[in-house]
Amino acid sequence: MKILLMGNPNVGKSALFNRLTGADVIISNYPGTTVEFSRGSIKTGGECVEIIDVPGTYTLEPTCRAEEIAVRILENEPDAIIVNVLTSINLERSLFLTMQLIEKKRPMLVVLNMWDEAAHAGISIDREMLEKMLGCPCMPTCAISGQGIKNMVEKLGDARIPEFFSTPAGRWDDIGRIIDRVQTVRHRHHTFRERLADASVYPFPGLVVAAIILLASLAAIRWIGEGLINAVLEPFFENCWKPVAMHLSTAMGGQGFVHDLIVGKLIDGQIDYGQSFGLLTTGLFVPFGAVLPYVFAFYTVLSILEDIGYLPRLAVISDVVMHRLGLHGLAIMPMLLGFGCNVPGILSTRILETRKERFIAATLTAIAVPCMSLQAMVAGLAGRHGVHGLLLVFGTLAVVWVVLGLVLRRLVKGESPEIFVEIPPYRLPDLWCLIKKIAIRIKWFLKEAIPFVLLGVFIADLLYMLGVIELTGRILSPVTTRIMGLPADAAGAIVVGFLRKDVAVGMLAPLDLTLKQLVIASVVLSMFFPCIATFSVMVKELGMKDMAKSAAIMVVSSIVVAGILNLLLPTG
Amino acid sequence: MSVPVSMIELKAGENGTVATIKGGAGMVRKLDSLGIHEGKTITKISAQWMHGPVVIRAGATEVAIGYGMASKIMVLS
Repeated sequence: MKILLMGNPNVGKSALFNRLTGADVIISNYPGTTVEFSRGSIKTGGECVEIIDVPGTYTLEPTCRAEEIAVRILENEPDAIIVNVLTSINLERSLFLTMQLIEKKRPMLVVLNMWDEAAHAGISIDREMLEKMLGCPCMPTCAISGQGIKNMVEKLGDARIPEFFSTPAGRWDDIGRIIDRVQTVRHRHHTFRERLADASVYPFPGLVVAAIILLASLAAIRWIGEGLINAVLEPFFENCWKPVAMHLSTAMGGQGFVHDLIVGKLIDGQIDYGQSFGLLTTGLFVPFGAVLPYVFAFYTVLSILEDIGYLPRLAVISDVVMHRLGLHGLAIMPMLLGFGCNVPGILSTRILETRKERFIAATLTAIAVPCMSLQAMVAGLAGRHGVHGLLLVFGTLAVVWVVLGLVLRRLVKGESPEIFVEIPPYRLPDLWCLIKKIAIRIKWFLKEAIPFVLLGVFIADLLYMLGVIELTGRILSPVTTRIMGLPADAAGAIVVGFLRKDVAVGMLAPLDLTLKQLVIASVVLSMFFPCIATFSVMVKELGMKDMAKSAAIMVVSSIVVAGILNLLLPTG
Repeated sequence: MSVPVSMIELKAGENGTVATIKGGAGMVRKLDSLGIHEGKTITKISAQWMHGPVVIRAGATEVAIGYGMASKIMVLS
């Protein structure tokens, strides 16, 4: 048996999927969290049931890439049972897709999710009447708390082809008749949360709210990240790990090829995590000691904002700016996700409707949205010179983001449709869901990052030892030295940047760069070319041809920007 | 009032009944799938500066739509 979880965006399909399968799929409070489908399975009554979590869709006549995927899955799985997930707090709208699914004449089971939230909102639904009218089982659930899930699973075997008859032209009339008979809404006054919800989409105080939330988020990320480094990771690496590594170094004779690869070069007879570049020193310090605290801090803050339901409102507030860049407000989602890691950021460009938008959003993310791994390393390196170094790096990238967007909007052919997004109600995040989501993201980061960081350190060492870095440095020197004003050795970092940006920034540490050079090198590393993980997801999403165009834009713009910075910034 | 006005002309907080949607089939379908169709009473929640998006409510659904789309939804208030 195979079942498809289908329903409108943001009704809790993924929450239900996690509950059913014990899987770890990211859930949030905004439409379009799931852009890719996940598979899982459960055992019920001795039978193995395969479950597919389908991206949310309002209609079977797709209007964006994620919806196309949903419709394609439905067509490719002609034997699967449809579990149509509805939100009880918005039964009327949910039923529109139900009507379309009914027209497909396939076995169905209807899930009335968010049953508890509807009860709180004064909405009561006559489940039995609905069941009778549609002619297929309707089961109430609360996927977050898990209520009703067991009963629903037991009813899977009762799924059947609904008897209800609906025609495309009469859908809303049919829905109106159903609603009249099954739903009663108790009148109530506006709650504080609803007032707050409305306030955050007015220009005023919406803009003020947005500014406060973004500044507070930045402050929180810095506070958590820095705090973890100072209180936990730095002491651990200095006081616990360093003595172990030093013992190892002594045992290995303190020098030689293998020693330098594993422990790294000793600096004044000591291990220096920034400069030694051994697999067990720099190779572990970069992901765990420098990047992980910031990744954790970032995802904690982002996850809270997601679960509250603030992000679609930020999309409304930022739409005016995004519009000038050939995008619309919803494109703020890939950008925000991109600050964590560009890979999920670029994947989420699927919530955008046209090729033009996806190209601009993916290109801007890859060029001007530095991932947390890069940011954390830049913060560690340029931060030593005070805040203005960081401001220069991020300020430059922000200007590049705007200018490039303005240019691409005119150059890229195609349409930029207007924003069209449902605004979910504000919700109090469920603590357990929040913790789980942060854990999923951290796990994902570690799985993606550790192998590539170690590989990056390893290759960096090899390239140095084989003299390749020196050679590329000489070849690239017309660009790196003349135009960008960087030492020839910095070319090595650009090469390794293809593997991991954090290792690449780490390679700048031993070079003794001036602040100006550091700023330029950081900007170049963010812009020049995406890391291999981002590169492959871009090829997948944009296709080889568009990726080649995007890459050309990256290379050219990074050289131009670095040249301008080299001319404008004072030496020193 | 018997002359339809667009959602742009409506003030925040006011509501109206959709008379016509002067857009293409794609736009009509998109709005329809969220429950915004002729005969439906909708409320304007907010508008942004510089022709930014308009937030409207139809039933329990709150949706942000672009200025252009809002200007094509004609309502009787």
